[in-house]
Amino acid sequence: MVDSKHQWKAWLYLAPAIVLLLIFTVWPIFNTIRMSLLEGYTTMQDVAGVSFNFGIGNFKNVLEYHGFITCLKNTILLCVLTVPISTFLALLIAVALNSIKPLQRFLQTVFFMPYVTNSIAIGMVFAAMFNMIIGGGARPDSVGIVNNVLEAFGFEYINWMNAGSEYWANIVVMVVYIVWNALPFKILILLGGLQSVNKQYYEAARVDSTPRWRVFTKITIPLLSPMLAYVIITGFIGGFKEYSSIVGIFGEKMGPVGQQYSLDTMVGFIYRAIGNNEGRASAAALILFGIIFIVTMINLYVSKKKTHY
Amino acid sequence: MSDFKTMQAKDLQKASAQQRVVKVGVQIVTYLFLFTMALIVIFPFYWMIISSLKEMGEYRQSIPTLFPKVLDFANYAEVFTNEDLLLGQLFFNTLLVGVISTALSLVITVISAFAFARLEFKGKNALFAALLATMMIPGELFTITNYQTVSSFGWKETYTVLIVPFLVSVFYIYLLRQNFMQIPNELYLAAKVDGTSDIKYLWKVMIPLALPTIISITILKMMGSWNSYMWPRLVANDDAHRLITNGLRTAFTNAEGVTDIPVQMAAVAVVSFPLFLVFIFLRKYIMKGVSRSGIKG
Repeated sequence: MVDSKHQWKAWLYLAPAIVLLLIFTVWPIFNTIRMSLLEGYTTMQDVAGVSFNFGIGNFKNVLEYHGFITCLKNTILLCVLTVPISTFLALLIAVALNSIKPLQRFLQTVFFMPYVTNSIAIGMVFAAMFNMIIGGGARPDSVGIVNNVLEAFGFEYINWMNAGSEYWANIVVMVVYIVWNALPFKILILLGGLQSVNKQYYEAARVDSTPRWRVFTKITIPLLSPMLAYVIITGFIGGFKEYSSIVGIFGEKMGPVGQQYSLDTMVGFIYRAIGNNEGRASAAALILFGIIFIVTMINLYVSKKKTHY
Repeated sequence: MSDFKTMQAKDLQKASAQQRVVKVGVQIVTYLFLFTMALIVIFPFYWMIISSLKEMGEYRQSIPTLFPKVLDFANYAEVFTNEDLLLGQLFFNTLLVGVISTALSLVITVISAFAFARLEFKGKNALFAALLATMMIPGELFTITNYQTVSSFGWKETYTVLIVPFLVSVFYIYLLRQNFMQIPNELYLAAKVDGTSDIKYLWKVMIPLALPTIISITILKMMGSWNSYMWPRLVANDDAHRLITNGLRTAFTNAEGVTDIPVQMAAVAVVSFPLFLVFIFLRKYIMKGVSRSGIKG
């Protein structure tokens, strides 16, 4: 089969993809490493012909840069909170959906809806739901629909995201939005997994009249473990790149009015360094890649031990 | 003896009645849970539409109305005529970029996937593995250099910069290659014997057979243009080339950071409407594409 005619034809078909990948994917990988190792690198100085010292100064610079620890903390906190919550909720919903017959398709469709949205646009809707409109009086004119619901249950209203709001309240808003956004994908994957589980296991459990909880922990979870591993791994990867959901809710200042960048993330940190300090941006991007790589490896290692194929 | 039998039967009946009660109870709890969650999932969409139809006075009321007393479409009129937003331009830019990049991207994806699935050449597997490896790297790492590259090409604030850097998606090539591999090789060899050209074979046999995957890719790519935010923000944030998400985020907030929420919600609804149509009519293709990917549009 392998003759020279086939050879050149294959390369011809692949040429557009390869050329574009060389320019926009392969070169950036090498260039990012290069820039990260040239201390204090900026594009402007490079173009002007300035030479840079070789070293790890950019990485030190990133770690010492004011705001970096905030970005790292926010990113990790959001990841650690949203991945377990959304996975657990998605699992509950998927199992519940799988156990019903009437309305199953309809409810499945409803739960998929948040997927086909614009994360900035719907972030603005969540912002409107948590936002207070301050008037002249001691009490805001409108406390927002979420606070209205809280008050209906006898709680006091909370300043979720207006000026002067507290960090934990901002985080709650972000967690609610990110979980809402993450649910459809996870439900889709987990429900797909449940529907392909061999029914014989459940029949056997029924014959033995195994209690529900045991069926869930001893049959459903192990059989679903490859899908669970998949949604957890992709959840962490996405979580470490959290950015646009925060812009959607808090705007480009990444925080409540008067507390700029208090909710900034790793990706936000990288973007802000683009166009003024590429050395720092590159070092931060490589640190982010390193974190994602390590977390994914840990996830794969754990899931290999716990996953039953 | 017969006494014993009836007793046993009664016990069994009782036990199965009990089981049935438990089963019905579990079903009720399941439905209650699902409906509560479904309501929470739907609510933001409801609130967006309701708020977009309220006058500012009604929106500011301390006890909110769940349905507007007066349906006020003025917010929508404001969205369509606002001179800072330039909605028409935003729609045009986004559609133009979306259609051109989707079309070009499809051509590149199809011929690349064909080469990987059907042609033999040296280093094929190594090249394919290398391509897949790049999928692990976060896109932000590329953005830094790509920003320099497009600046040096003089592409900033053009349509080109919004289209060209993202034409190749390794993931789409992978997805379509998998699909092409399922088509029996004998068909290709038979076509070769008949003297059919590769392009004709692709067009007449492979594309029709892989159509669902190609549709999934098309929708995901179009949605990608509609939702892309950061790259357009960096490289084409001028009135002539701004894309819709970017325009939306900054509109209707004055210098003091005070937002006209009803008008903003109307704008969000207008931007979400095409996505809603996609959801209604093309849901199954997205679900198919997504369940194999894990990539948000």
